[in-house]
Amino acid sequence: MAGIYVHIPFCKQACYYCDFHFSTTRHLQEDMVRAIAREAELQKHFLHGESVETLYFGGGTPSILELPQLERILQSIDQHFSIQANAEITLEANPEDLSAEKLRGLKAMGVNRLSIGTQSFNDEFLHWLNRVHDSGKAISAIENSRKAGFENLSIDLIFAIPHADHSIWHKDVAMAVELAPDHLSAYHLTVEPNTVFGNWLKKRKIDIADDQFAAEQFEYLYEQMLLSGYDAYEISNYARNGRISRHNSSYWFHKPYLGLGPGAHSFNGIKRQHNIYNNPKYIKAIETEKIPMVEEILSPADLANEIIMTGLRTKWGLKPGLILEKSGYEVMEIHAVRIEELIYEGMLLLENGNLILSRKGRLFADTIAAELFIAG
Amino acid sequence: MKRIRNFCIIAHIDHGKSTLADRLLEFTKTVTQREMQAQLLDSMDLERERGITIKSHAIQMEYIYEGENYILNLIDTPGHVDFSYEVSRSIAACEGALLIVDASQGIEAQTISNLYLALEHDLEIIPVLNKIDLPGADPEMVKEQVVDLLGVNAEDVIYASGKEGLGIEEILNAIVRRIPPPTGDPEAPLQAMIFDSLFNSYRGVEVIFRVFNGQISKGDKVKFMNTGREYEADEVGILKLQHKPVDCVTTGNVGYLISGIKVAREVKVGDTITHVEKPTNQLVKGFEDVKPMVFAGIYPVETSEFEELRSSMEKLQLNDASLVWEPETSVALGFGFRCGFLGMLHMEIVQERLEREFDMTVITTVPSVQFRVNMTDGTLKMVSAPSEMPDPSKIDTIEEPYIKAQIITKSEYIGAVIALCMDKRGIIKNQHYLTVDRVELVFELPLSEIVFDFFDKLKTISRGYASLDYELIGFRESNMVKLDIMLNGEKVDALSAIVHRDKAYEWGKRLCEKLRELLPRQMFEIAIQAAIGTKVIARETVKAMRKNVLAKCYGGDISRKRKLLEKQKKGKKRMRAVGNVEIPQEAFMAVLKLDQ
Repeated sequence: MAGIYVHIPFCKQACYYCDFHFSTTRHLQEDMVRAIAREAELQKHFLHGESVETLYFGGGTPSILELPQLERILQSIDQHFSIQANAEITLEANPEDLSAEKLRGLKAMGVNRLSIGTQSFNDEFLHWLNRVHDSGKAISAIENSRKAGFENLSIDLIFAIPHADHSIWHKDVAMAVELAPDHLSAYHLTVEPNTVFGNWLKKRKIDIADDQFAAEQFEYLYEQMLLSGYDAYEISNYARNGRISRHNSSYWFHKPYLGLGPGAHSFNGIKRQHNIYNNPKYIKAIETEKIPMVEEILSPADLANEIIMTGLRTKWGLKPGLILEKSGYEVMEIHAVRIEELIYEGMLLLENGNLILSRKGRLFADTIAAELFIAG
Repeated sequence: MKRIRNFCIIAHIDHGKSTLADRLLEFTKTVTQREMQAQLLDSMDLERERGITIKSHAIQMEYIYEGENYILNLIDTPGHVDFSYEVSRSIAACEGALLIVDASQGIEAQTISNLYLALEHDLEIIPVLNKIDLPGADPEMVKEQVVDLLGVNAEDVIYASGKEGLGIEEILNAIVRRIPPPTGDPEAPLQAMIFDSLFNSYRGVEVIFRVFNGQISKGDKVKFMNTGREYEADEVGILKLQHKPVDCVTTGNVGYLISGIKVAREVKVGDTITHVEKPTNQLVKGFEDVKPMVFAGIYPVETSEFEELRSSMEKLQLNDASLVWEPETSVALGFGFRCGFLGMLHMEIVQERLEREFDMTVITTVPSVQFRVNMTDGTLKMVSAPSEMPDPSKIDTIEEPYIKAQIITKSEYIGAVIALCMDKRGIIKNQHYLTVDRVELVFELPLSEIVFDFFDKLKTISRGYASLDYELIGFRESNMVKLDIMLNGEKVDALSAIVHRDKAYEWGKRLCEKLRELLPRQMFEIAIQAAIGTKVIARETVKAMRKNVLAKCYGGDISRKRKLLEKQKKGKKRMRAVGNVEIPQEAFMAVLKLDQ
């Protein structure tokens, strides 16, 4: 079983924190749609006929596309791959794009999960992040989605936004709980080099929150979500009613996936590849029937480390058996002493042979993962 | 012999010695324009970059004066107090010296001590005011200084500019006219003095010498009198830009000898060369077996690179005879080497050469001097590392090396210089005005106080003007204690130091503060403590890190994130763990930068 990711590299405007591949110049949109649909055909053997369990439109802003454009990509994928009847089909959407008509159309073409980029319910924050929408739009987008029959909804929140206290974060969390989506992703605001915030940080025009502040918000969210019946199934992700993101989980379980569109990543179990991060060049290459990609073959140690890193972040933990099977490394033996120390220090729990981050350990997922990495 | 002139150059760092030497070589066509590169004699990259001379060099020029062809041997000398013995040997090989003084800066301490050394050896001094083209130059004033100091006639002082090529011919003429030719007996038994050695990976060690009496020919059986070793002269030659083999190096001349010596340490600068048959009974005076003054541990950053470090040190020692070392073990750092250096600059040079020439990344521990520990049982123990310090109950007294320091400064900085030296436990012995606004101050100071940041501080408080020269004057009893640093209760042996009891508290406090800045936050709190014996005298805490910045991790990010974490992990490998505390490389050097 496999997944397909489609990258839609257009946005109305640039969010100041975002370093994903996108363009705010949209005259190539139609050509891009044609190219992505064409790439699906060119890549039809990538998954070796495995059935597609999840399909995910990410970006950029997939909801920026017109319905017929989305339809066209979806049709091409449907034509060249075998999509399971119960497949999870997710579309990332910005609140301002979710009109009643758009929602009806999405539903009709088979999209069954929406990931809505709410980010915060505070208008000042939204403005500071340079989001297009305001909190009113976000709330009505969720309501309208439900009216249109979407049950499987996810929303995003950003925490550790610099502020004098936690009041806004507490309100954001309360609003999220009240809206009661089945899925929530919460991201620590990271300042990446090639973003507006990255620039501002260099010029000291903004500050970043210290780790104490961030930790308090992270822990507050964790408590509130658990109290509200959510399952903290991954460091940044919470779900209710068993509605975890099947697509994202497949990344963490190291299942193969195909990425379509510029900047999209693919993984066939051994090697990763990604298309170039350039819209016109991508389109040109596809027109000449070439996949403009860069590939990276993973060494057994690379593979092991990716499984360690992604596994630790999930509630299922690091599975030594899976690592042994995929890479040949016995992580429990290689790091026997350190693992024992980490268990003793209360960072790790050993359950059914798997290593799971404790509540305290969740705060240090990166440090712990790096410590358990295998030297290649 | 009467057409040979042997001379050296005495100058302070930055006074333009190497540039002026370059001009002399150019003018005499010893090098062609094509071969010319700045600071020709400074062959190490390090020397060119820092603009200082680390090793001595010698080169032979030919110069026609009034129709006669003269051989001029220029013996370049190192320009730092760490290498003063080598300077003294170079001076002993000459009959004359160019005294180069920056026309804007005036005479500096080291110049004066080297000048006295030259005068002791009866060298003819030719004063040269350099950089007279610079806007800040004050030749008249500096000339007066020089005339006062040397008792020469004002008209004997030559004005020059190495940069502009001014005064070069006048200097060359003065060398021929004013410096006496060598005296020596060609018929007497061979008596030559080694003043340098060079290492060549193809030909082994080249011994550079000056013949005082007799002569040395290819194939001669020779003996180095102080080491007692005997060799056959496979090749002798003279020091053109490219070394030129000759049949015989005659009385008064300077030359090189190749005899299959593989290790620089076998060759002692200052040693006397003679023939095995018909030896001289005259040792050249002034030979010393140079002893290291400063000791520190050098460890590989990666423990697995110990053997590689050993082989790099061995190679380094091939052409650095003054570097001594032996293996040592540290609880914190694993296997490494206890090294002895001539001084702090020498230590820095060794460290830098290891990094540049051998691509080794090393950790250097707190430098120490050598103490004499008188034990209660009446025995004497030499201690050059904190770890060697015996249990306090077995110590009767501790003596530490003292130096006589000569500092020359502008008079406006006297107060600051005296305050600094007092703070370093110094005793002022003399104060003497060289000119109206230049003062020579003489202090007695413990060597241990100047091995750290003394020189930098001196430069700072005097805005770069003060200069320092020093010599060892013996050992004195001092109240020294061993100060230990503990991280979460575990002693980090590599951070221990031997300090004076009166300063231990301040030292401990500042080192703890510095470590608090340098230790990265970890998942737990780190207690930093300074202790004398079991008594904790200072404490700092590094708070625990609260949270990683856990960015999201989806398809596209997995590789990138893995690489990021791998990089973080690699950075950690450059740290050393004591207990579970990770210590970055720079923390071990923190002691040297307590004031920054």
